Amino acid sequence: MIRVSVDHAPIDIGTEVAGIEETGAGAVASFTGLVRADDGVTGMELEHYPGMTEAMLCDIAEQAMARWGLLSAVIVHRVGPMEPGDRVVFVATAAAHRREALDACAFLIDRLKTDAPFWKRETRGDDARWVAARASDDQAAARWGAPDGSPD
Amino acid sequence: MQLLYFAWVRERIGTGAETVTPPEAVRTVADLADWLKDRSAGHTDALADLTKLRAAVDQRFVPLDSELGEAKEVAFFPPVTGG
Repeated sequence: MIRVSVDHAPIDIGTEVAGIEETGAGAVASFTGLVRADDGVTGMELEHYPGMTEAMLCDIAEQAMARWGLLSAVIVHRVGPMEPGDRVVFVATAAAHRREALDACAFLIDRLKTDAPFWKRETRGDDARWVAARASDDQAAARWGAPDGSPD
Repeated sequence: MQLLYFAWVRERIGTGAETVTPPEAVRTVADLADWLKDRSAGHTDALADLTKLRAAVDQRFVPLDSELGEAKEVAFFPPVTGG
């Protein structure tokens, strides 16, 4: 089962985990990304490329399903305005055993960072600026091998 | 051809979408960006440094030297920062 969602609504982890636990898996792994409150950040806005975003997330999820023999892969990404502490992204995997679930979960979030068309804008009081891409994210994604349709 | 702009590329150009008909001499994505620079001061500003831009043709990431071919939708944006 693959579930991909890109929505303005807050992410409800309880509902997402309940859904994935119903797949009969022995192991469920998940990652949650939050808006950091460090550096004086008072708000964040997420923009995306409607249509392409969902297609890329489905592609990443399908790659993980095939590579680790998963029972389920879930990617939920919030867009629009957010505040520090809000959940930006939730990814989860279900597999028979923990190793596959954990590795596939890391793959999903590493690949999402470099392969899905999202852009963050941070606000600090009256100052808003677009977040620059980080080389460390490219390196994290590269350890899983060359993707199809990479941006670089 | 439908053009889409995201993040600071959209802000500098002043719109998120426009429709254009480039001349035949415009063969690659980089050619298209160069041709678009003359449309306004905002275009010039947004598309001045191609090394800061990424692109997608028909919703697939492509290098800027890619041929446009029969492209229907081309998007320009900065490197992605999701997650």
